[in-house]
Amino acid sequence: MSVMTQKASDTTGAAAPVVRETARQTRGAPLGAPAVTPTAPIAATIRISVQDINAFYGEKQALFGVNLEVPDNAITAFIGASGCGKSTLLRCLNRMNDTIPGARVEGRILMDGADINAADIDPVQVRTRIGMVFQKPNPFPISIYENIAFGARTHKLAATKAELDDIVERSLRRAALWDEVKDRLGKPGLGLSGGQQQRLVIARALAVSPAVILMDEPCSALDPIATAHIEALLEDLRKHTCIVIVTHSMAQAARVSQITAFFHMGELIESGPTDQIFTMPKVDQTQNYITGRFG
Amino acid sequence: MKQLSPAARARYFRRQLVDRVMSGLCMLAAVIGLILLGLILWMLFSNGIGGLSLSVFTNSMAQPGAGGGLANAIVGSLIQVGLGAMIGAPLGMMVGIYLSEVGKESRFASVVRFVNDILLSAPSVLIGLFVYQIAVAPMGGFSGLAGALSLALIAMPIVARTTEDILRLVPQAYRDGAVALGSRENEVVRKVVVPAAFSGILTGVMLAVARIAGETAPLLFTSLGNTNWSTDLTQPMASLPIAIYRYAGSPYGEWVSLAWTGAMLITVGVLVLNILSRFSHAAVAGRMKG
Repeated sequence: MSVMTQKASDTTGAAAPVVRETARQTRGAPLGAPAVTPTAPIAATIRISVQDINAFYGEKQALFGVNLEVPDNAITAFIGASGCGKSTLLRCLNRMNDTIPGARVEGRILMDGADINAADIDPVQVRTRIGMVFQKPNPFPISIYENIAFGARTHKLAATKAELDDIVERSLRRAALWDEVKDRLGKPGLGLSGGQQQRLVIARALAVSPAVILMDEPCSALDPIATAHIEALLEDLRKHTCIVIVTHSMAQAARVSQITAFFHMGELIESGPTDQIFTMPKVDQTQNYITGRFG
Repeated sequence: MKQLSPAARARYFRRQLVDRVMSGLCMLAAVIGLILLGLILWMLFSNGIGGLSLSVFTNSMAQPGAGGGLANAIVGSLIQVGLGAMIGAPLGMMVGIYLSEVGKESRFASVVRFVNDILLSAPSVLIGLFVYQIAVAPMGGFSGLAGALSLALIAMPIVARTTEDILRLVPQAYRDGAVALGSRENEVVRKVVVPAAFSGILTGVMLAVARIAGETAPLLFTSLGNTNWSTDLTQPMASLPIAIYRYAGSPYGEWVSLAWTGAMLITVGVLVLNILSRFSHAAVAGRMKG
């Protein structure tokens, strides 16, 4: 199985490793967090294949020759210090970097075998299949209902009001927010708490049925209880989706992800099953980072 | 305080003194501004309220002693300001949207921004002369339409500027959110950015309307003014500012009094517009914030 890629050499075995949950359990969830137990094994299917990616912002190179494979039905965590390139890679995956003047990407990113940077690929199509959740909750200044309906309306997913209602309800249920907002769908999305807003924008992303969801530090603006809600939700979502999460919290990476990729100074240092990265990393830099002895 | 050395104490009191003097000066400036505004309003109302009667709104301008009013000027102003805003505001909004959302820092956008700023600060009499050249002369005479056109040209750069400023205040996170959902550029602008800023854009439009409602100079060369009742856009048209201009300088007490009343009406109208824009702003903000 090639879910792990190494910077220097690829010596990982051919046998598919069974990802055990030891790291998650021994490391311990914070008090009050729900026990996150994995229900689906990691599928061997590779959803996204990053091949020799170099990324630039103007003159400055942000990513150096990154290779990585992101499996389906699993959570892949990108960890590393600020400015290490993890968010840059995330934004390459749905071509959000296109919106930044001067941003440039070299190399290939295959999603289900097709190069998302190919000339004949419309970035809008890419972003429709790959949803994104941002660091700060960003509901639009419209009602809860309209927030969820936004993507469905844009892509004309519903022919009738009933179908739209159905999409809204299903998305909110999947984001574990339905019970809290079902009586006030017409109220402003910005009136919700931070944690609810973040689940609202997750529901908004789910409403267009993306194959992949990218999350850029989705819990960094939330308190521990809201964080626990989101993490429980992620575990649930990954049964049907490929999730990539950028996080500053190593504890969070250990808790929620099956695959972890460690970045430093624009390079992918090491990636592999999360428990292996956290218990027996192959590279010293990774060891230093996860133990907090980062130079 | 007791532990402080004498030097530190002196420094402390000096800072405290400077702080109080500065605050006092700011307060003084604010009070002077308010007093001046109050004096203007007082003068306006004390002189204008006397001339206020039903005939002001029902009768057109007439010779002194004939019981004339300002009806034709009021209606003429409403038509020209309304038409001017209807032409100028959408154009200005589109320029503002282009500058903020499409052109951004591009060379062409910078040129447009620069030209818009020049237009914004151009003397309004120049706008009047310009419209005289391009509309009045070719059409063979002064007209309400030309008046509206000159007002539109004054409103447009104001609306363009306020629209751009307001759109830039819309958080980038909204745009990112919409883009990440697979929206195209025009959808991002139409469905997220402009609705989010709509009350602010509306405020800009109302400010522009308030500004053109009091413009006199451009109308002198375009709609000229008319002492008779006329709503024909191809004919010279009366307006409040020009009526004030004519009447205030006349030797007849009745006309001077009507000029004050007209000035009061414009001021009240602008005031109402401002209050309305505040109102709509608060309402929309309330709807968004919950």
